[in-house]
Amino acid sequence: MSTSARYWREIPQRYRYEASKCKGCGAVWFPPRLICAECGKREFEDVTLSNTGKVQTFTVIRVAPNEFCDESPYAIGVVELDDGVMIQCQIVDCLPEEIKTGMPVKIEFRKVKQEGQAGIINYGYKAVPAA
Amino acid sequence: MVDVAVIGVGMMKWGELWDKSLRAVFVEAALNAIDDAGVDRIDSMYVGCMTSGLFTGQEHLGALMADYLGVCPIPATRVESACASGGIAFRQGLIEVASGMSEIVLVGGVEKMTDVDGGGATYALSTAADQEYEDYNGVTFPGLYAMMARAHMEKYGTTRKQLSEVAVKNHDNGSKNPNAQFRMKLTVDKVAGSVMVADPLTILDCSPITDGAAAAIICPLETAKKISKKPLVRVTGSGQATDTIALHQRKDVTWLAAAEIAAEKAYKMAGVKPSDIDLAEVHDCFTIAEICAIEALGFAEKGKGGPVSENGETAIGGRIPINTSGGLKSKGHPVGATGVAQICEITEQLRGESGERQVKDAKRGLTQNMGGTCASSVVHILEVA
Amino acid sequence: MAGIVGYGAYAPKYRIKVEEIAKVWGADAPSYKRGLMLREKSVPAPDQDVITMSVEASRNAIKRAGIDAKKIGAIYVGSESHPYAVKPSGTVVAEAIGATPDIHCADFEFACKAGTEGMFVALSLVEAGKMEYALGIGADTSQGAPGDALEYSASAGAAAFIFGKNDTVAEVEHTNAYMTDTPDFWRREYMHYPRHAGRFTGMPAYFKHVTGAATALLEISGTKPEDFAYAVFHQPNGKFPTTVGKKLGFKPEQIETGLLCPRLGNTYSGSSPMGLTAVLDVAKPGQLIFMVSYGSGAGSDGFIYRVTDRISKVQDLALKTTDYLDRETIQLDYGTYAKFRGKIRMSE
Repeated sequence: MSTSARYWREIPQRYRYEASKCKGCGAVWFPPRLICAECGKREFEDVTLSNTGKVQTFTVIRVAPNEFCDESPYAIGVVELDDGVMIQCQIVDCLPEEIKTGMPVKIEFRKVKQEGQAGIINYGYKAVPAA
Repeated sequence: MVDVAVIGVGMMKWGELWDKSLRAVFVEAALNAIDDAGVDRIDSMYVGCMTSGLFTGQEHLGALMADYLGVCPIPATRVESACASGGIAFRQGLIEVASGMSEIVLVGGVEKMTDVDGGGATYALSTAADQEYEDYNGVTFPGLYAMMARAHMEKYGTTRKQLSEVAVKNHDNGSKNPNAQFRMKLTVDKVAGSVMVADPLTILDCSPITDGAAAAIICPLETAKKISKKPLVRVTGSGQATDTIALHQRKDVTWLAAAEIAAEKAYKMAGVKPSDIDLAEVHDCFTIAEICAIEALGFAEKGKGGPVSENGETAIGGRIPINTSGGLKSKGHPVGATGVAQICEITEQLRGESGERQVKDAKRGLTQNMGGTCASSVVHILEVA
Repeated sequence: MAGIVGYGAYAPKYRIKVEEIAKVWGADAPSYKRGLMLREKSVPAPDQDVITMSVEASRNAIKRAGIDAKKIGAIYVGSESHPYAVKPSGTVVAEAIGATPDIHCADFEFACKAGTEGMFVALSLVEAGKMEYALGIGADTSQGAPGDALEYSASAGAAAFIFGKNDTVAEVEHTNAYMTDTPDFWRREYMHYPRHAGRFTGMPAYFKHVTGAATALLEISGTKPEDFAYAVFHQPNGKFPTTVGKKLGFKPEQIETGLLCPRLGNTYSGSSPMGLTAVLDVAKPGQLIFMVSYGSGAGSDGFIYRVTDRISKVQDLALKTTDYLDRETIQLDYGTYAKFRGKIRMSE
């Protein structure tokens, strides 16, 4: 069994959407990187991602990994946030058949999975239809 | 750089090999390759394998396979690049022979996938994606390719029927391959109507869970001329490239940039262009993957992989036969073995040994193998010497 | 004077109707609906718990407060359904809103009163000058045993309040509390569902404590029911707050704005706090709000708020409580509800 450290160290991204913006070319990296893959610069400023965006593509997982079996079917999509950053996350609070490419969404704080009945709960971000 | 030839290939019947262990599967294919080459020694070996640790608990495959192949103390190296492990192992062997460091090299690929249940296999395969920013959310490989499929369908008008045609064609080819796992023929309706795995992909859009291995023996072309009794097949092009590990970080999720760049390098090295290729084995882990791959390789225009697959151009007898072996879809996809098995198929085709599925006058073939959502890809070009 | 500088609520999107539950247990839906004055209740999605709803409610509160979350000196999450038996909810909320590490956190539990308890302590620390801002949250994903009367009402929701001394939207003019040892409802460790004492939960429990706190609050503040624009009481069902309000001399129009139970169910620790958010969403400067919570075991906290001029500037800065109630909901059948709430025994 893995320790909690692996989950814990991603908290700034999973909870607060902290990203890094390259001081050279302005590219925004999520999760943050040590070197910009666009221009090679190594200096960044901290930025927080936008919490609204649009669905770029999606699927409905009907055969799920063991940890997610109880939740299937569930939708997962690629979301382009309003600041242009692409993330992948589940799309919830709607029926799978209601999801459309281009649909505006909002990011909410949700439980993503749990490490068994006795393990820690893993939180993170999911997209919900924008009100 | 030394010119390199493939002098032996070894396949075996793939499938759910309940009575065969990881090592037994590998050694069977390796011995077939050694017998096919007719060599009495090998100087170095490579083992392509994605994740034997997760599938069986066994790592350290270089030593294990050298031991059970009875070739200790030769150097034996495992290569991992997810589902491209086999193809990239072949490239490493190629580099070793081309450099002059070794003369006769065995390259094998293996995966024993049925020692875990379906959930375990889904998990093991998912480790090829970004664990923290893709898998964390519950995505699966069918799910990732399904997102590529939806994007391709919405961007280019690719249809459900066109996806199905890929599966139908590959099963037609696989029905003629005695080593293939699933030799039944399919219809477009059967593919579209089978159980949904990740919308819009059904179970018959997906390659199966397979136990299997494949192996090839390579050596300098000059050595081959002396020792080989088979028609000579030369490796004229090799290219490898990478892309972002996470699908969502790509500028265009429908475009396999790593495959395109790997192919460009291989074409350049071989001094040929896509229209010079007589047949190709491409990485059809899902039906959409073949559609995207033939675009990236230049066999179809961007966005036209669907119509090209539908109108018969990729069938045996068509303009550019794709996956004459049955591909990953029908032949099976023991992930680490797939890239090597592609080399086996092209070699046999160029030698004219493919029986019912033989492509007439095949002189030059291409293989394309990829890992993850094409975060890594490797392309080889083989020619009749 | 200290008061609320920002507030926010959150309710899940899923609902189940009284009829759907009654059908499974062979119960008479019309009499339950009449008796409880309740039509449907909210149900948390499988990926929602007290922590996730607290985070969303707190984010709404921060938007209205317009403050840097780093300035919040304490977070108190009141709930009877904290996701962990041991591990604080407050630290997760603090981390998610960006308020760590210079912050004090505690999780409160007092049946349905835990939310106002958190508010009470947060307010007191601000009043004492220990910190500039403090956040009090009431949230629950309550469970009633299958077939029990509580199953019709036990629902999910959250409300969050940031207290401070400057730029308040509602000043807290008076508070009081009224407690006794009254075993009307409880849940022992390791038990999945709570137990309750039937009709004993009424007169000697809910009514005695709410009336006790309310009467004292009116007395110490020198106010009369007619001085208030709104009154919010704990809402275990629709009937109790209506009855107690009438008994105390409040008119139905003073109570109805904050009475969310008929369409939301009993959000336990979120109950009267969410009622307060619904009132603040429409309140006008100068209005007085009367609030009394109730928690089994048993006790009530009372608050009198005076709405300030700033209220009209913040009401539209975040989703309103009625936005969460009026948005298109997803109705569940009992089977899906049972799956969502972990009531089905799964393969181990």
